[in-house]
Amino acid sequence: MISRRIGSSLAAAALVVVLSAGAAAQTAAPDPQNFSQIAHGRYVAVLGDCAACHTDPGGRPFAGGLAIETPFGNVVGANITPDRKTGIGGWTDAQFIRAVTQGIAPGGVRLYPAMPYPAYTKMTRQDLIALKAYLNTVNPVHNRVHSDALPFPFNIRLGMAVWNRLFFRPGTFKPDPHQSADWNRGAYLVEGPGHCGTCHTPKNFLGADRNGQFLRGFSVQGWFAPNITGNEHVGVGSWSVQDIVSYLKTGANAHAIASGPMADEVEDSSSHMTTADLRAIAVFLKDQPAGNNPPSQPMPASDPIMQAGAAIYTDECAACHTEQGSGVARLFPTLKGSPLVQSAEPTSLIHVVLEGSRAVATDAAPTAPAMPPFGWKLSDRQVADVVTYIRNAWGNHASPVSTGDVRAARRTLASTAP
Amino acid sequence: MARKLPATDVVVIGLGWTGAMLSHELLQEGLRVVAIERGPWRDTASSFPPGYAPDELRYAIRNGLLVQPAQTAMTFRNRPGQTALPIRSWSSFLPGNGAGGAGVHWNGQTWRFLPTDFVARTHLTQRYGANFLPSDMTIQDWGVTYDELEPHYDRFEYLCGTSGTAGNLQGKIQAGGNPFEGPRSRPYPTPAQRQPYAAAMFADAAKQLGYQPFPQPSGNLSQAYTNPLGVTLGACTYCGFCERFGCGNYSKASPQTTLLPVLVREQNFEARTLCEVTRINLDGSGTRATGVTYVDTSGNEWEQPAELVLLCAFQLFNVQLLLLSGIGKPYDVNSGEGVIGRNFSYQTTSIVEGFYDDRIFNPFIASGANGMIIDNYNGDNFDHGPHGFVGGGYIGMIQTNGRPIETTPVPPGTKRWGAEWKKAVADNYLSSIAFFCSGSNYSYRDNYLDLDPTYKDHLGRPLMRMTFDFHPNEVKMSAFLTDRAAEIMQKTNPRQMVKHPRTAPYSIVPYQTTHTCGGAIMGTDPKTSALNRYLQSWDVPNLFVMGASAFPQNAGYNPTDTVAAIAYWSAKAIREQYLKYPGPLVQA
Repeated sequence: MISRRIGSSLAAAALVVVLSAGAAAQTAAPDPQNFSQIAHGRYVAVLGDCAACHTDPGGRPFAGGLAIETPFGNVVGANITPDRKTGIGGWTDAQFIRAVTQGIAPGGVRLYPAMPYPAYTKMTRQDLIALKAYLNTVNPVHNRVHSDALPFPFNIRLGMAVWNRLFFRPGTFKPDPHQSADWNRGAYLVEGPGHCGTCHTPKNFLGADRNGQFLRGFSVQGWFAPNITGNEHVGVGSWSVQDIVSYLKTGANAHAIASGPMADEVEDSSSHMTTADLRAIAVFLKDQPAGNNPPSQPMPASDPIMQAGAAIYTDECAACHTEQGSGVARLFPTLKGSPLVQSAEPTSLIHVVLEGSRAVATDAAPTAPAMPPFGWKLSDRQVADVVTYIRNAWGNHASPVSTGDVRAARRTLASTAP
Repeated sequence: MARKLPATDVVVIGLGWTGAMLSHELLQEGLRVVAIERGPWRDTASSFPPGYAPDELRYAIRNGLLVQPAQTAMTFRNRPGQTALPIRSWSSFLPGNGAGGAGVHWNGQTWRFLPTDFVARTHLTQRYGANFLPSDMTIQDWGVTYDELEPHYDRFEYLCGTSGTAGNLQGKIQAGGNPFEGPRSRPYPTPAQRQPYAAAMFADAAKQLGYQPFPQPSGNLSQAYTNPLGVTLGACTYCGFCERFGCGNYSKASPQTTLLPVLVREQNFEARTLCEVTRINLDGSGTRATGVTYVDTSGNEWEQPAELVLLCAFQLFNVQLLLLSGIGKPYDVNSGEGVIGRNFSYQTTSIVEGFYDDRIFNPFIASGANGMIIDNYNGDNFDHGPHGFVGGGYIGMIQTNGRPIETTPVPPGTKRWGAEWKKAVADNYLSSIAFFCSGSNYSYRDNYLDLDPTYKDHLGRPLMRMTFDFHPNEVKMSAFLTDRAAEIMQKTNPRQMVKHPRTAPYSIVPYQTTHTCGGAIMGTDPKTSALNRYLQSWDVPNLFVMGASAFPQNAGYNPTDTVAAIAYWSAKAIREQYLKYPGPLVQA
């Protein structure tokens, strides 16, 4: 990419470069002789985290077959190797771009938005052609994937045409000339290939993004993908740009460690991104509007729930997370002031208390510490009390958690258990 | 008939401390490493999570993480001429089992040996004359010096994040540290652990007697630490579940908390757990190892060919595997010739119990290695001339645990059961302590290991036979150390004090320490050592043997730091010399 390392003072000049590069790319095509294009395509595959859905763990790269859980049922990742019969080897460039950016595969087959074409629609043609050039070079694998696993009525793919008319806004990313090059690069990555909103943006009952709620957090299948706007209470507003870069690059920073679905994202995608791109993402995220936060007061320490929670916390949690909730950098996440802990929805917090969680391992932070499960030894009441305590101790403030929340979480986790 | 597997560059037998260290070293050279481990895979998250890691019955009483007698046992006798009998449980010493080895369940005491310990025979003979040593004492110089090992001690301590107070920095004595230690190139990576009341009381009393107490160097960390490989350890919480337990808090240095997270990311590394190596295979000439044969849990036998074989099992099992593989000349107690099994040694421990009326010690505030120590009577730190023995040890107050099943201190004369016993335990639990003496154990002609003529393991192989007793020199030394500890305790005005010096005969039943040493020792003469100064087999140059089996005798310290230092020393020689010119690194 031409624009990535250009400083913000050169923003205007950079935009000109971006736009002209885009124009020049209109005529580009995948070129098996072009090493730079193929290498760039491999990086685009990292940015888009294609492997997350298209590579079955233990399977061949990009050969598909991995079931992806959605609220509507399972969708199975397609084979995107260049195998002509079962992969995308027979697709033209135009067919490939149409599928990735509009969700329409050759023959008019409608893709489900689990394939994040509502985000990929923002990708530049240059990136898409490079991606195709790269995918052309991976080993073709003969692996017929039957991707229909959705129940009625969602198995009627034509329904997606209606969905698209209602919710899908096609169109390549347009830089904002009033913002820095970093900001624009970050916006492109977050909204486009990075498809952060696929998990982090609240969805309506049909799985489409809620208007005006971009990146404000959403619960999916037992995890809460947190608010990653500039909100200082529940978003990344209290993290520095470097904190965000370190989290995405190594899986850990002084406050938090990636686990759950984000561990996979770090391992497969963001840990392989350039530091310049991660900085751009951080700059953009911190500038996203925080939204209105209903002011909340911490529960008083004298509340019987807080007292019960404090006792459980001392016995079960303090050895690692410390009495002050400060945790240990790169090992035990900080609870005091933690955005995730204070999130509107305590889904992830209940999840890790019940089932435990293992942090990601990267070359820079290989420890991969784990939170042990407590669901077997704490009752719903005890989990609710200790999570309520953690959400309201040390200056934290967030809504209390009920035994019903914990019971519901146990049900959800039981139903999604592997 | 063993099925033959594709060859690898390096096969590592046993994935404890030294197996993990050597695997990592040789992966840096781009070699393919296969580690074969008798026990299961273990990591902190799934093997000892804090939710149930502190289960005293499971781990401390039933030895959940340790080698089980059904897996392998051994036979024991005090003297040649007696008939050795099989042990019924592992109890006097506790070998580990599984990835991490004994590095999982150790206490974390991280001691360097004294510079004079490595030249014990030369030094003691020079200072006291050849006749001062008992005639049947077979101590030797190691063939490697403290100065040569210092960088490797340093490297291991920085791998672990060891907590301590330096006593000798580049020759300058430091206040608050051990003034007797050899020079360190730099301070400990983290400051010493905090000390509970009993240790502070010990230090006060020791100072009054003119000693220089200092905090014990500890592998249970005083603060969080990220090691040079990027692996992070947390601060110890003084929970008192160290020895016999895995640490669920990531705060005890172990292969799990320092090396294994890096090893498992290496493409060229493979660990085969629950596989027991039964033999190191040799070519027709008997001078070259061709790999190993091992058995999996289904009884299938496999042959793993390799260019380089690293024997990294626990001390006893290193010696056993050498004997079973016919490598090196077995030691013959009658002629005094032969090297495999020679110079077995142990550790001479003792305690002084103190019962108090007016002091509360809270024994449960503990870590395996915190404590205050004096080193005035270790090694040759004092003049042995008037005492008629050699060797020595450290004396200290180490508060390792107050676990309820094991911590039942009662004064002598108390009934051993019933209401009176219960009352005495309740009365004394908080207000009794023990000062500990860790004494050296020198080697003798009639302390040795060989294969038992009668008893066999589940694979039909002869069990290891241990012939061992404490000799008068060690008994005298233990009495001396225990008396010095008692003098310190007397300063603290106990209601009652009970001395327990170590006496002969050695009993293999009560737990003493897991510091078994020797049997495949390093040295400069192939007639009296199994390994050269780089831990390379004199007989089979593509075999290196790590571990305390290489110690010619045991000093008055816990062995792990020295086991690690000689392993890194050996690794350096393998990387810089052996791999360039595979062959003997020292001409016999």
